[in-house]
Amino acid sequence: MSAQKNSGQSGASRQPSESATTRLSRLLTMVPWLLNRQGVEIEEAAREFAVTPAQVEADLALLFLCGTPGGYHGDLIEAEWESGRVFLGNADTINRPLRLGVDEALALIVSLRALAAVPGIGERDAVVRALAKLEAATGSASAGASRIQVLIDEGTSREAIALAQEALAARRRVHLHYLVPGRDESTERDVDPMRVINFDAHWYLEGWCHRAEDVRLFRLDRVEALTILDEDGTPPATAEPRDLGSGVFTPHADDQLVRLALGPGAVWVSDYYPSERIERTQAGGAVIDLRTADTTWLRRLMWQLGSQATVLEPAELAHEVHRGARAALAAYAGSAGSAGSPPANG
Amino acid sequence: MSTKFNAADKTERLLNLVICLLYTRKPLSKAKIRDAVPQYGTSASDEAFDRMFERDKDELRELGIPLVTEPYDVLFDDEPGYRIDRREYALPEISFAADELAVLGLASRAWTQASLAGPAAQALRKLEAAGVERDDSSLIGIVPMVRTVEPAFEAVKDAVLQRTPMAFPYRTAGTGEGATRHVQPWAIASWHGHWYLTGFDTDRNAPRVFRLGRIEGKVIIEGRPGSYEVPQDHQPTAMINAVTVDRDPQPGALQVRVGAGHSLRRQARSAEAIDDRWSLITVDFTDVEAFAAEVCSFGPDVVVKGPIELRESVIRLLTGALGPAPSSDEAMV
Repeated sequence: MSAQKNSGQSGASRQPSESATTRLSRLLTMVPWLLNRQGVEIEEAAREFAVTPAQVEADLALLFLCGTPGGYHGDLIEAEWESGRVFLGNADTINRPLRLGVDEALALIVSLRALAAVPGIGERDAVVRALAKLEAATGSASAGASRIQVLIDEGTSREAIALAQEALAARRRVHLHYLVPGRDESTERDVDPMRVINFDAHWYLEGWCHRAEDVRLFRLDRVEALTILDEDGTPPATAEPRDLGSGVFTPHADDQLVRLALGPGAVWVSDYYPSERIERTQAGGAVIDLRTADTTWLRRLMWQLGSQATVLEPAELAHEVHRGARAALAAYAGSAGSAGSPPANG
Repeated sequence: MSTKFNAADKTERLLNLVICLLYTRKPLSKAKIRDAVPQYGTSASDEAFDRMFERDKDELRELGIPLVTEPYDVLFDDEPGYRIDRREYALPEISFAADELAVLGLASRAWTQASLAGPAAQALRKLEAAGVERDDSSLIGIVPMVRTVEPAFEAVKDAVLQRTPMAFPYRTAGTGEGATRHVQPWAIASWHGHWYLTGFDTDRNAPRVFRLGRIEGKVIIEGRPGSYEVPQDHQPTAMINAVTVDRDPQPGALQVRVGAGHSLRRQARSAEAIDDRWSLITVDFTDVEAFAAEVCSFGPDVVVKGPIELRESVIRLLTGALGPAPSSDEAMV
């Protein structure tokens, strides 16, 4: 069981220390896949199974040694791949894939159910048809699937999602009025759409931003207006989608290092923002290190955390937080609640 | 263990065993299996073979291969025989249309960044083994993603599926204090980007909601699978929603600097200019503490005019944010 799980994480190429059962599991799926695709290129099979072409060849060499009892030539699986294309035969006993395991059935059913609520996908009856067939085919393996739920879409920003999808399909540039929440700034920019992503229950438009001259993610609930322009929106060839493995918030190694002391009520900060180092304190708090290019959002975060968080480094940021809090408090210093008396500019 | 060294041999042995047990119509005795699978022939003693075969059987079953034990001879039913039922083994013949495979592909890739990435990809390959090519054209560029950054996800998910009581160290939201909680898990749900567990807290003798991210440490299994029932009408997201959302909204009056407070202005149900530097807006809120924190994030650009409890919360947070005063600023508070 555990070997199977580990294999999923590694992604691209398999390590030489792959367990026998992980490999067996792949072989039992690879055989029917290849039988139905006679002459497929080794590279394509490698891509499909997320292994190297050399690994596919090693797998074929192993299949070649296996077969029905007897061990004579006619009993063994036939495999031919010298031309770079794979031909497989004499493997009738394992010509069907193994049933879906619990985790396999679960993964597909849970996310199909979530997709049913996604704009641009959920309206398609393909989701319903696929789900019905899958549930019928998996039987008891899918029994617990209803106890695992994913809410992908919160029903907000429907209009922006639809417009972004339309622009993407038509390859048009868009004009955005976008709120940069960390800096409390309303901005305008032209963007060539690349993907519409749902991530941690928020919708994002990823695209080439002509203002930043870089790939940017825009949260669609912070888009104040989106206009599809009558201009080609093909992003530059160099524009690469971001790897979202560690979240949408991707610090650079040369960003400024910030060290925060968090009280027990602010430890959640380390769940939200990728921290380089987290050190728990005895009182239930933590000291964390994180990197950021822009400290505006951090200053704002510190104000809202109150006494639960303190900037340890850099000193300049600690001063800014202090000065801002003092200026904000000045507005409350006089009489309690006399409207129309704006605070002095801090 | 020398498994690393001979992993390829072992794969070969297991594959031959699977083929052999699928191929046979009658259950095979251990002796027959030993003859039929060449890699067993090399094991030195009967004992070594027995141990190896027992382990192989377990591993095949863990992969989900339905290896059954039946008497192989009606006259000597104390000697077990083994085979794999082909109908139980094989994925039923299902043919998916190209557009169905496209949404299945999307469903599978949604887990790319999550702990079920491996099983999700493997499931899709099995479904696609039949040879139909998927038609992704209509779904290009739409990328839903599910994440499982919480270290406890795997253990909790398995406990939910198997209905196994468990215990875990848990950090409480407000106080941040840690304590061990004992729970009969009911369900997990990804809600607003976080995974939650619902279940019956056996210490508090009541249903509870837990955030997986606050489970800090090892999840310990405390009982047998299937040892309790999940309420028939349990709706995980409804229960999570009930504990995370509270009370009716009330209006807050805020004085906002012109050119600032954009996200507050978007939520405002009314707005008027005070002068050329300030506006007065009304925003509905439900949770005083949460809304006070949001207001504080704007620093000197937003001032609460009312209600009084919101004002007090904001003053308390900002006073706390002053921190240990940098020299000479002490007089302020």
